[in-house]
Amino acid sequence: MIDKTIISNLDQIFLLLQHWLVAFLPVGLQPVAAVLLSVVAIVCVFPALFALTTVFERKGLGRIQNRIGPNRVGPYGILQPVADGIKSLTKEDIVPSSANAPVHFLAPMGLVVAVFMGFAVLPMGRNMVLVDMDAGLLFFFAMGASTEVSVFMAGWSSRNKYSLLGAMRAVAQMISYEVVLLLSSVAVVMISGTLSLPKIVDAQNQYTWGLPHWYIFTPWGLAGFVMYAIAATAETNRSPFDLPEGESELVAGYHTEYSGFKFALFFLGEYLAMFSISGLGTTLFLGGWSAPLSSLNFIPSWIWFFSKLMLSIFVFIWMRGTLPRLRQDQLMNFAWKFVLPFTLLNLMVTALWRFMGEGWERWVVCSAILLGVWVVMGRIEMRSEHFGPRSYRYAE
Amino acid sequence: MSVVFYLIAALTIAGGLAAVLLKNLVHSALAVTVAFGGLALLFLSLDAQFAGFAQILVYIGAVAILIVFAILLTRGSDLPKDGVFSRTWIVGLVIAAGSFAVLGWAVLASAPSMSQQTAVPAVTVHDIGVALVGRYVLPLEIVALLLTAATIGAVIVAMHEKGGAK
Repeated sequence: MIDKTIISNLDQIFLLLQHWLVAFLPVGLQPVAAVLLSVVAIVCVFPALFALTTVFERKGLGRIQNRIGPNRVGPYGILQPVADGIKSLTKEDIVPSSANAPVHFLAPMGLVVAVFMGFAVLPMGRNMVLVDMDAGLLFFFAMGASTEVSVFMAGWSSRNKYSLLGAMRAVAQMISYEVVLLLSSVAVVMISGTLSLPKIVDAQNQYTWGLPHWYIFTPWGLAGFVMYAIAATAETNRSPFDLPEGESELVAGYHTEYSGFKFALFFLGEYLAMFSISGLGTTLFLGGWSAPLSSLNFIPSWIWFFSKLMLSIFVFIWMRGTLPRLRQDQLMNFAWKFVLPFTLLNLMVTALWRFMGEGWERWVVCSAILLGVWVVMGRIEMRSEHFGPRSYRYAE
Repeated sequence: MSVVFYLIAALTIAGGLAAVLLKNLVHSALAVTVAFGGLALLFLSLDAQFAGFAQILVYIGAVAILIVFAILLTRGSDLPKDGVFSRTWIVGLVIAAGSFAVLGWAVLASAPSMSQQTAVPAVTVHDIGVALVGRYVLPLEIVALLLTAATIGAVIVAMHEKGGAK
């Protein structure tokens, strides 16, 4: 058995480190320095994770598509992001002559700043949250909503038809799926009774027979998580919802006219949005930093948070390598005719769950409603589709 | 009144002024977004977290986007030839001054009726939720009905094109 103090010290290692560093400063400066240190940590850790993820994604996609992927820079291509970073820093920054220069300049910065703000309320481990706000969840969604303005600014200011089309698609898609994202999170708020993310994690950090009380292990939580995952994929413009940057039609979507470091900022913003939305999904449905088994509690909480985060990223990459892109009408029909009604139903079921009280009855009733409606809705919506053997019109 | 208040107020007023003075309509819409953001910051500096974040979510996330979409879809971003100022600006000025006077009078008249509170009342999100579905449930339902009607209206407007022979 490992000593209890070592375990708790490892668990709180970043907080202890912060206290130790801050203690060198005069007392008056200490609170400011503590916050600054946390901000610096967030601003360093997530871009580093972004750099790792780009290699991970390219290697993973390569494996899925039966090729090798980057393998020239460093061992197994691990230094590829360094080369990419140097390249994007040294490239010429081209602004189209007809572009609206101030807006064109402000768009990538607005995007990255808004995305970074979302991390402020995510609990990344026990006691590891930058700001514990009473309305943390609302803050997260407010920041997510303000990225749309930046996307629009980028598309409009470029004076390019591809950019504008990409921005319109992106904004329409983000607004449609944001409704689902919010409503599926409301189910969690209804059960936990708070908008503060650390409190939501605390509510899930309990164990029965060594198994956790994560919300994904309840009928409404599973349905909510599936809807959340769909909406999160669409919200971050990832495949199969990557129409805004469909390269076969729109070159690169709203950032077509960006080059050099501004393009890198958009790229960074996209991946950071992916991290933050995965982190929120982890916090809401997967128990945040709590361990999956009570016997695994000796592993530090931040390891669990980041493992769950990277697992979600892996699923994102996996889906990108597997699913084909949707069409615009399919995207909108899917959002408004299937995902949104089902999320609304899930809200009703959550209320039922709340008021049926403890006992096995609510498990049966809630599961039956959700499963039944899922099957019936699927049957109705798929009735007009005919799936037979694939026919090739031009390639026979 | 602290320095923060003056900074935020300057930002909000600058955004509002830019919105009416800029020549390009999309620039004006973006300036309105800045003003909305300044208002949200004002709410936050008054410790009204819920109102502040809801302001960002609704006004920056939805209303500003709606405005720019409307501008783009109606091709209104081109500069009109006779300038951006309406000929009836003096009427607008009178109406604006009138509504400002009514608002100011209402605020000033309500100030003495409030007890001189020293401590900031701690309003949690939970309290807001209870008030919304308890005391203010009727206004909430009316707003919901209005929005449903608006949605149905939008669907009908959008459906009309299909029936028309083309």
